[in-house]
Amino acid sequence: MPDLNTIWFILVGVLFTGYAILDGFDLGVGALHLFARSDEERRVFLNAIGPVWDGNEVWLVTGGGALFAAFPRVYATAFSGFYLAFMLLLVALIFRAVAIEFRSKQPMRWWRRMWDVAFAGGSVASAFLIGVTMGNIAWGVPLDARGEFAGTFLGLLRPYPLLLGVTTVALFAMHGAIYLVMKTEGELHDRVRRWINPTIIAFILCYVVFTLATLLYVPHITAAIKQEPWFFGVVVLAVLAIANIPRAVTHGWDFQAFLSSCAAMACLMALFGLGMYPHLLFSHPQPEYSLTIYNAASSQKTLGIMLTIALLGLPIVLAYTVSIYWIFRGKVKLDRMSY
Amino acid sequence: MDDVLWLSRLQFAFTIAFHYIYPPLSIGLGVALVILEGLWLKTRNPLYHQLARFWTKVFALTFAMGVATGIVMEFEFGTNWATYSRYVGDVFGSALAAEGIFAFFLESGFLAVLLFGWDRVGPKTHFFATCMVALGAHFSAIWIVVANSWQQTPAGYHIVGEGLHARAEITDFWAMVFNPSSMDRLIHTLGGAWLAGATLVASVGAYYVLRNRHLPFARASVKLGIALGLGVALLQLATGHHSAQIVAQHQPAKLAAFEGLYDTRTHAPLALLGWVDEKNENFRFNVEIPGLLSWLIHGDVAKPVTGLRDFKPADRPPVNFVFQTYHAMIAVGTGLIALLGLGAFYWWRGTLFDRRWYLWLVVLAVLGPQIANQAGWWSAEVGRQPWIVYGLLRTADGLSAVVRAETVLTSLVLFTLVYALLFALFVYLLNDKIHHGPDDADLTPTGKHALPARQP
Repeated sequence: MPDLNTIWFILVGVLFTGYAILDGFDLGVGALHLFARSDEERRVFLNAIGPVWDGNEVWLVTGGGALFAAFPRVYATAFSGFYLAFMLLLVALIFRAVAIEFRSKQPMRWWRRMWDVAFAGGSVASAFLIGVTMGNIAWGVPLDARGEFAGTFLGLLRPYPLLLGVTTVALFAMHGAIYLVMKTEGELHDRVRRWINPTIIAFILCYVVFTLATLLYVPHITAAIKQEPWFFGVVVLAVLAIANIPRAVTHGWDFQAFLSSCAAMACLMALFGLGMYPHLLFSHPQPEYSLTIYNAASSQKTLGIMLTIALLGLPIVLAYTVSIYWIFRGKVKLDRMSY
Repeated sequence: MDDVLWLSRLQFAFTIAFHYIYPPLSIGLGVALVILEGLWLKTRNPLYHQLARFWTKVFALTFAMGVATGIVMEFEFGTNWATYSRYVGDVFGSALAAEGIFAFFLESGFLAVLLFGWDRVGPKTHFFATCMVALGAHFSAIWIVVANSWQQTPAGYHIVGEGLHARAEITDFWAMVFNPSSMDRLIHTLGGAWLAGATLVASVGAYYVLRNRHLPFARASVKLGIALGLGVALLQLATGHHSAQIVAQHQPAKLAAFEGLYDTRTHAPLALLGWVDEKNENFRFNVEIPGLLSWLIHGDVAKPVTGLRDFKPADRPPVNFVFQTYHAMIAVGTGLIALLGLGAFYWWRGTLFDRRWYLWLVVLAVLGPQIANQAGWWSAEVGRQPWIVYGLLRTADGLSAVVRAETVLTSLVLFTLVYALLFALFVYLLNDKIHHGPDDADLTPTGKHALPARQP
């Protein structure tokens, strides 16, 4: 039985993985939005995510809340340290959210164009900034003896985190394209299908470079991963899942392609977690100041109470999330309630 | 460091005040939607279907604004108030985690069915979804008010560590949840939210009556708004009174600031109006009712009420600001009771829709709860100063150690620009929806909501 700290490391990881998988396709659809040709096609894209994007963003809000509650020192240090980056992320998420809501409310061309750009720009910027943040967490940031961030904003924009930012955009674009294949029909469906291979290739190229960079320049992750014997199992699963996507798309098994993409993302997040454990925020260059699941955690009592809350709440959340996706299954049909 | 403190406070105050326009509307409209859709299911009168459909659209707009501006708040605890976050994380965290798990998922999940599910699910399932959205909105108010109340009247914790490493750790979860002020403040906050929703419904209805448009829809909206609003406004008197008693007991400096009371005294008067001269510590242009404050708090005019001079100047909140916002809230609340009470009287007499001047007042009444909610919140939060956690941690000690003034100024300017744009768009779109009005097509419900064909 793992200790409470480890359980909460896994649970926070599950919440952020849920966010990546669910809002990942929303942000990916946003990245692809400007490639749609007509107003109607853009409306189909928006309504493909329309009923669910808001619930998907809640995974981020709850993940952040869980991080605050379970590991307050990490939350405090990371959020104050990444101040400007997170403010930009907030602005990007705000514009993404209101663009979806506002776009359909007026018919003028300039109005719709403006919100198209806000939606696409907000989505790409959000995906990129999330990737950059994860890149910094993996690479390590300068921390001082108090556990406070000792770097600068520009110091966060090193090549390695930027590379993970680009990789994340590519990954979400791939995931979004596969989601759209499920939700579209006719000519648009065929066209969106043809976007899948380029996005997969772009993602794989980015990810290979990123992995090489990790092996070469981030020894603490490599060392941590080598200690975990089942790490190779996860890698094999991730490769199989990604390889299955083009196969499923070719056969027209759109849902299976989407599930494969979800599985691949879960594997990638699991690898990230294995590489980090038991650290939450690496200190670089002084590793002794790193924040871990033990020195940054709330008391055992709080972790226990929260586990009760999570065990009560999560099954209910999963049950109705699944039923809501079930209600809105199938191809997008535009009607007067649509965006 | 002072600049960082002021800028961070200003940014938090600005972003939360802006956020706080929308959730009360969502909570209040959520209640209205449950009532309207329940009436539709019960009576099968298509007018209620039309009402529910129209207010759902307005609800969607306020909800989207609430979500977009709400995530900012969660980030700001960490970005601007890192030391505070480390201090309260252990206590505060459980409430926030519960809010995410029980409230946000519930409301945003079922929102999909509420907005887009009219033709996809049966009427009862849709009604269930509407109830869940309203319930989720109320849950989110519960947890955030509990967390905020813990800052006002901490309970169920102990302090571990010293100096920079000190933090509050939970000892009793339920004592934290039911801390002395949480339940009163929760009901009072929810009441403010219901009033915001009720007056919006009444206001738009009154506007249509004045313009002679959508009359059956408009009259039903005015009546719903007045009935719901009057009930809640009276409830606010009771909850507000009880809340003030709790403040007197647990945060005496705040209560003294509410009333501009400097000297501890028996037969303390209740101030109706006035201007507090903080420099000379006196109270000018005051209109007071002798002895009433002592009586309201203790039920006995001979009992003493603590004044501000009992506290070191460093432990006092800004007095005049708290006094004025607190009294603005009470004035607006009293005005709303009078206005809605008058409406109920006219309704009983059957002349509600004959008085144009009255309907114009109802149109303006939508601003009342917004002003009262904001003013009340400001007096509660500024009245807590100089503490961020009352009696335990000072606001100045809760800041992020690594964030500099220029950085906060940058984000403050950014938020000001973005929010100004959002607010303009919100008003524009709300106005547009109101001018467009309810869809007559909604009077003949379709799909699974369709009425059974009449027998010949």
